[in-house]
Amino acid sequence: METTDLIFRIVLIVVIFAISLVVAMYSTYAERKVAAFFQDRIGPNRAGPWGILQPLADGGKMFLKEEIIPTNATGFLFIVGPSLAILTACIGSAVIPWGSAIAIGGHTFDLQVTDINVGVLYIFGVVSLGVYGIMIGGWASNNKYSLLGAIRAASQNISYEISMGLSIIALLMLTGTLSLKEIAEQQHGFAWNVWRQPLGFILFLVCAFAETNRSPFDLPECETELVGGYHTEYSSMKLGFYLFAEYINMFISSAVMATLYWGGYNYPFMDNFAAWAGPNPAAIFGVVVLFGKIFFSIFFFMWVRWTIPRFRYDQLMDLGWKILIPLAIANIVLTGVISTLLK
Amino acid sequence: MSTFYFIAFLSIFFSILVISAKNPVHSILYLILTFFTFTIHYILLNAQFLAIVNFIVYMGAILVLFLYTLMLINLNKESEPVKPFMVKVAGVFGGGILAVAVASSLKLIGASNPVLLQNPDLGLVKNLGKVLFNEFLLPFEVSSVLLLSAMVGAVLLATKEKEPKAA
Amino acid sequence: MESLSNKRKVLEVKPLNFLERAYLPAIVGGLSTTMKHFFKKPVTISYPEEKREFSENFRGMHSLKRDENGKERCTACGLCALSCPAEAITMTAAERQKGEEHLYREEKYAAVYEINMLRCIFCGLCEEACPKEAIYLDGDIVPSDYLRKDFIYGKDKLVEAPLNQ
Repeated sequence: METTDLIFRIVLIVVIFAISLVVAMYSTYAERKVAAFFQDRIGPNRAGPWGILQPLADGGKMFLKEEIIPTNATGFLFIVGPSLAILTACIGSAVIPWGSAIAIGGHTFDLQVTDINVGVLYIFGVVSLGVYGIMIGGWASNNKYSLLGAIRAASQNISYEISMGLSIIALLMLTGTLSLKEIAEQQHGFAWNVWRQPLGFILFLVCAFAETNRSPFDLPECETELVGGYHTEYSSMKLGFYLFAEYINMFISSAVMATLYWGGYNYPFMDNFAAWAGPNPAAIFGVVVLFGKIFFSIFFFMWVRWTIPRFRYDQLMDLGWKILIPLAIANIVLTGVISTLLK
Repeated sequence: MSTFYFIAFLSIFFSILVISAKNPVHSILYLILTFFTFTIHYILLNAQFLAIVNFIVYMGAILVLFLYTLMLINLNKESEPVKPFMVKVAGVFGGGILAVAVASSLKLIGASNPVLLQNPDLGLVKNLGKVLFNEFLLPFEVSSVLLLSAMVGAVLLATKEKEPKAA
Repeated sequence: MESLSNKRKVLEVKPLNFLERAYLPAIVGGLSTTMKHFFKKPVTISYPEEKREFSENFRGMHSLKRDENGKERCTACGLCALSCPAEAITMTAAERQKGEEHLYREEKYAAVYEINMLRCIFCGLCEEACPKEAIYLDGDIVPSDYLRKDFIYGKDKLVEAPLNQ
């Protein structure tokens, strides 16, 4: 690898890492603001203008709180839990194409950390790994509520991973590649996959809600039944990490959803724009468009959270196994039949 | 090559920890680490698809279920069944036979040739798919039927038997 | 059992039809409802900056009144303290000296008049008991403070500002 390329990669990694942390930070603020607007309130407005410094204040508070490790907890694993949660949340961003290539001084730089040819599966692996943070933390707390939360998280993630995988298979039948970069490139202009896979998108969306433990599927931390769920015993920044990991997960899954179904960094009339403004501004505008899609998707996550009440656990399992999986299989068959007929 | 030895050392180290760990949950966690090192082995062999499938299926699903069950049944020293003497003898005997078999097979092989991949891209998704669905279509489908039958069997075991109608 | 009031309604539980069972239409309906609220004006009143208008009969902080010449009306009769169900009021009476006629209306006045705002329940009985129309609960909300002792309000905080200022 060339030196310039290597430096660019490192810069990109740092930038993406910083962006995901900042986005997650401000998602907490946005969550509170959005919730307030949905409930005809104002929301946080004291820290800085419009409460813009609220996340910093929250973070500072989290850091300064007392660290409590319960006597009967498994000390090492108790710390591993939240660390693993935030680690798995962060590494998902490595394969997402944030934009098309940018040319600076004769070099072209891909706005993607690495384009492995099993990108979609990599995302899957990371998502399926994400549950370990919750499970280990919940078990190590040595508390029955934590354990129940951990167990709920595990069974929920496993169940919804299946239908998520099946819903993606239908998409992969159309794209014919597992590389996220190629999938993004195929959706050039306005040929977004969501037009070809509406049912698949809805299935994926529902599963994404379940995988990120967001309401209405936030049963692992269901406070009415389980006190705090898997993070009952956690305090200080370890609790902060768990909460933060949820928001990073939301950001990453929004990015994945935008890339797989909503055309990634593509936007209508992008060729005309590129011809008018040059390739580099067009590429940068593409990044802006992608972030616009991501932010809308995050907003949608919040919108749903403040609208729909939580599922009951048996309803959750029924939905996952008896409705989503058959629908996903039907979607695969349908996609196969239609794409064969149209060939 | 040194990466390989390092990772191989880690896999053996973690697998020894799996069987020597006192707490069953710890032992599962070491097993997860062992499987993670296997994933790295696959990546070193440029078998990306196999690596990621090992990652998703074993680490992400099967071991989660292992952990899930172990967390629920809460094994500890008190609940450990006492093994009768004969079982211990049988265990030693079986282990000894395995050791002999491994030793003799190693002796038969002698110094093996360093493994060279004829086609380094064999492990990529496209090539693997072509091989699976052309050359090995029958075994592939048969194994999927095997899984299906296992699934049906599980469902059958899980469903309650309907009580005979009161005559 | 026969209903006497005839108000009982027999509910008919119909099985859900397909659209109702499919979750999604109901979810879309819910989302549109919340979206309507998203664009509504917030009902919040950001308190210290904005204040809600008090009603006519709002009872806030007490004030000890002066008459039209700026003399304190209170004559330290103690009826307010007696009527107070929370026993929040206490006072010490004193005799008016020569040359203090412009300060106090009657010959007797309250040298010390204290209300414990933590005890006060703002019932307004003191107001009703007062024969001299000297105490009214016409002030603002009692502000917060850090120490309990600071909630015992003396005459410095209770007596109305003199007229000529």
